[in-house]
Amino acid sequence: MNCRTLVELVTDYLEGALPDDEVAAIDEHLAGCEDCRTFLEQMRTTIRVTGSLPEPRIPAEVRRPLLEAFRGWSASR
Amino acid sequence: MLAEIDAKRDQIEAGVDEARALYEELDRRFEEAQAAGENILPGDLLFFYSPISRVAMYVGGGRMIHASHPACRSAWSRCPGTASSAPPARAEPPRRRLLQLPRTRAIPSVAMAGAVVASEQDLRLVERLRAGDEDAFMVLVERLQPAMLRIARMYVATAAVAEEVVQDAWLGVLKGIDAFEGRSSLRTWIFRILVNIAKTRGARESRSAPFSSIWAPGDEDDPTVEPDRFLPADHDRWPGHWSVSPASWDTVPEEHLLSRETLAHVSAVIDSLPPNQREVIRLRDVLGWSSEEVRNALELSETNQRVLLHRARAKVRRALESYLAEEGTST
Repeated sequence: MNCRTLVELVTDYLEGALPDDEVAAIDEHLAGCEDCRTFLEQMRTTIRVTGSLPEPRIPAEVRRPLLEAFRGWSASR
Repeated sequence: MLAEIDAKRDQIEAGVDEARALYEELDRRFEEAQAAGENILPGDLLFFYSPISRVAMYVGGGRMIHASHPACRSAWSRCPGTASSAPPARAEPPRRRLLQLPRTRAIPSVAMAGAVVASEQDLRLVERLRAGDEDAFMVLVERLQPAMLRIARMYVATAAVAEEVVQDAWLGVLKGIDAFEGRSSLRTWIFRILVNIAKTRGARESRSAPFSSIWAPGDEDDPTVEPDRFLPADHDRWPGHWSVSPASWDTVPEEHLLSRETLAHVSAVIDSLPPNQREVIRLRDVLGWSSEEVRNALELSETNQRVLLHRARAKVRRALESYLAEEGTST
């Protein structure tokens, strides 16, 4: 396990998709490689930042017809 | 039909009871550990049973967060949700401690061994929809509409057609709401309806490319990290090692990391991704869907979804790295 390989496997690693022996190889590498620990932390921070993105609001002209459709459906039940 | 729905509901409730019993058991073990003198501090990861099969994080105040993600196994470093816990300063592997978790509210969707079924929140929302609650419907629309539009757009020729597809999908949701059994999460179910309608519509417009090509990762020129960041494979001392250390972002202030400017930049990077990578990272990382939910909603294989996610995240990381380096705020 070297740094170049680890970088390719980082998502599989975070997703829990690697077999135990590869996980162990990565953990062992991480224990001795500060650069890769930094990279892993960068990835986690990236995920955290992405997770902070707001979703756009939907405009009023979209809400109205949907609301009317809902009322129509509800009334006919 | 009603009997089937009742049976499903019983099944879900039994799962909830099971979850509650499980968490009570874990609570007991935590209290025993504390009574035995273990000093459990906020941030500690707690591992249960031998062999280890459960993990959670103590967050103080007698509460802990259970790991619902299958990735959260015994190694602390792999829990995506614990991104805020910095690695220890020492180089040796992290200590594993078998401890019990304190009281926490059971979340039924967590308990069902990784399968994502409708949460209590989902089921309550469905009840309110069935009762004609407009606010409940609007909450759902607000939450899902943008993603539904973007995904519909991948299957059809124009934005206008995508809007029609989404309208039809909502009608389909309402028509089918009585039959919703809670076997999947509500959003997965809604997106399945959406994708089916989008495919039908797309097929009617006689697409030339098959729908499977939409999500195919394809060959990619961009490497995860630029090759010149690593020493060559035949380097005599450190083959394949980083040639220049990646910069630590630990010293970047949180307010800067999550500032409007930074987020706007990251958003722009995501918008510029190929649509399939963009939508997977939006659903997984922006909206927080589980990998199972994304796979079920979009009918993707596990590998397919993961490759797309990997490439998207790699690009966002690289963009963030450049952005922070330019600003001169990372060391």
